Amino acid sequence: MSRLPVRKTYKLFVGGEFPRSESGRTYEAQGQNVARASRKDLRDAVRAARAASGKWAGMTAYNRGQVLYRIAEMMEARAAEFAELSSGREEVENAIDRWVWYAGWADKYAQVLGSSNPVAAPYFNFTVPEPTGVVGVLAPESPALDGLVARLAPVIVGGNTAVLLSSESEPLAAVELAEAIATADVPGGVVNILTGHRSELAPWLAGHMDVNALDLGGADGDAPELERLAAENVKRVVRGRADRQSPYEIANFLELKTVWHPIGV
Amino acid sequence: MTDLERRQDRSPVPSGWDYAPAPEARDIVTLEDSYGLFIGGELVDPRSGEFFATLDPSTEEPLAEVAQAGKEDVDLAVKSARDAFENGWSDLAPAERAKYLFRIARILQERSREFAVLESLNGGKPIKESRDVDLPLSAAHFFYYAGWADKLEYAFPNRQPRPVGVAGQIIPWNFPLLMLAWKVAPALAAGNTVVLKPAETTPLSALLFADVLRQAELPPGVVNIITGDGSTGAEIVKHEDVDKIAFTGSTEVGKAIQRELAGTGKKLTLELGGKAANIIFDDAALDQAVEGIVNGIYFNQGHVCCAGSRLLVQESIYEPVIEKLKRRLTTLRVGDPLDKNTDVGAINSKMQLEKIQELVASGKEEGAEIYQPPCRLPEKGYWFVPTVFTNVAQSYRVAQEEIFGPVLSVLTFRTPDEAVEKANNTPYGLSAGVWTEKGSRILSMAQKLKAGVIWANTYNRFDPTSPFGGYKESGFGREGGLHGLEPYLQFEQSEARGG
Repeated sequence: MSRLPVRKTYKLFVGGEFPRSESGRTYEAQGQNVARASRKDLRDAVRAARAASGKWAGMTAYNRGQVLYRIAEMMEARAAEFAELSSGREEVENAIDRWVWYAGWADKYAQVLGSSNPVAAPYFNFTVPEPTGVVGVLAPESPALDGLVARLAPVIVGGNTAVLLSSESEPLAAVELAEAIATADVPGGVVNILTGHRSELAPWLAGHMDVNALDLGGADGDAPELERLAAENVKRVVRGRADRQSPYEIANFLELKTVWHPIGV
Repeated sequence: MTDLERRQDRSPVPSGWDYAPAPEARDIVTLEDSYGLFIGGELVDPRSGEFFATLDPSTEEPLAEVAQAGKEDVDLAVKSARDAFENGWSDLAPAERAKYLFRIARILQERSREFAVLESLNGGKPIKESRDVDLPLSAAHFFYYAGWADKLEYAFPNRQPRPVGVAGQIIPWNFPLLMLAWKVAPALAAGNTVVLKPAETTPLSALLFADVLRQAELPPGVVNIITGDGSTGAEIVKHEDVDKIAFTGSTEVGKAIQRELAGTGKKLTLELGGKAANIIFDDAALDQAVEGIVNGIYFNQGHVCCAGSRLLVQESIYEPVIEKLKRRLTTLRVGDPLDKNTDVGAINSKMQLEKIQELVASGKEEGAEIYQPPCRLPEKGYWFVPTVFTNVAQSYRVAQEEIFGPVLSVLTFRTPDEAVEKANNTPYGLSAGVWTEKGSRILSMAQKLKAGVIWANTYNRFDPTSPFGGYKESGFGREGGLHGLEPYLQFEQSEARGG
């Protein structure tokens, strides 16, 4: 008699833990019951992201790069599972290579995006990029894995923390990714991934007063309304695309700080 | 305090000092009775047929009539800008574009006294500020961005920068010409054309700037200047053929603009309000810090988005700082903006004066202690005495809301961490000041403060090479420096791996 396999429960990823939805709801996708996050789960995720923000932003750039590279390592180890849950091997390899590419940027983008400014006064004046804070991401509906990674990697390499709504129709790769991230030395709360019905979650994410920026890459017809909600606390709104990869994707989620330091004896 | 300082503090304050009037002659400015809209290189009558009076806020006397641009006027201005963009300006060799900007910079330098007087007349700011700050910085901005016009591919390597098209620019009344320069110079350097709306209460220096453009022989339509109130600004924001909006003003209006542009894909930069902390540590050079506090909040009557309106003083030096500050306040000269001795001029408008009065009343009501130096104000015009609130709780409106007037709220702290927490406890994040003799503390505070500009042992300092702009609800996008070009450009998006 063949052995009956142990199935996996597909849960949310919030604050480094894997809770079910507090609402007790699930929905069926890709033949599995998947957690259907509620507004309350979303608020919990934002709180976890805010709490993790200081530590992650305060880590050295070198250290953040190492953590991102570790995510690539953890994905590589689960490549077969990821291939089954996405469009296949090629998408998985693209996603892994993206992590490696962005990992390398961690200690470089400040040199490309910052400046020292020759002011006409006795001050050393310089401009440095800093994380915006908590970023809400509507991951592209498809490709569910690589699209999510393409939007998430530039957000967190810059020192932000993220609350991400996964693909609604293909959420399993996002849950698998959460499990890889949980074992990759990413501090709890830096990445929070919610599965569920996006139309009931996205407006609360867009309007949340403790979210600083919003990537609407995965939004469809509701994008204008989400942008309007985002204006309530002057969020930085980005229409991210799954096929974009550049340091300017990182720059979208950075603030520029200019410091006037006196020069004197 | 040393004995000597104690003795000085008890000595009578020099409030009795009197200065002979030293007014700057105003005959260098020739005003028309009435101004049209600057569209397509000439001043034209508004289709709306409407005009309104613009005042000298220090006397309430009307200076001239300016046009109230309506929807049709906005449309003409945008068409003119589009036409100039398509037919010549965007094809012009960048080095030639640069030379127009250099010309404008030079003409502003040549006519700086005229502009300074006009700026003080129409805006109420002291002549020594318009002469020594607004004008030199305006010219410097054009000079700085002129040089970028033919070097954009070095500023943005491998990104193939291209102009955006027609930029709609809406500017405030606190630094009318300087804000014009901050907006127009980078827009033109990047190859765009412009529809600019000066603030309702301060249109005259922008209209005089139209004459600078005539002298510079800038092609018609490259810059269009239309006057009006908020409804004119709203028409610019709504216009379909405007590719980019740049707005400086209140957070409330900024949010409305962001909402209006939702879903349009238009580029937007917002430079909004602030409630900046100016933080004084116990090792700071106190006399220098007190000058910095005064400059931080009373410069330009406190009509400064980045004003140091919340003073955070370390508890151990609270008494001497407040003592010195009050003493310094008694020497501030409030009055005629055109008098070369004036430190604090007129409040820009009746509306702003009423807003300041309302917030100051709330401060008293909520329990803060008010100090105002003895001060004789002119009978006519809009005036407000430099004011300090002590005993302020973080929850008071005077500690939370932007007053945009000469009103300082004083809070205290014990540790650097407490200073950071209090400084960041606001939805705004435009600027902050840090006063200490310790360099490492400057940099550590600079790292922790959530604000776009950090001044250490100085305040309210600006430079065309230095990017300026906010965190959080103070807006997004930067003006000044290399970063100030980016909002006026579009780029080839790299999609390739490793791109």
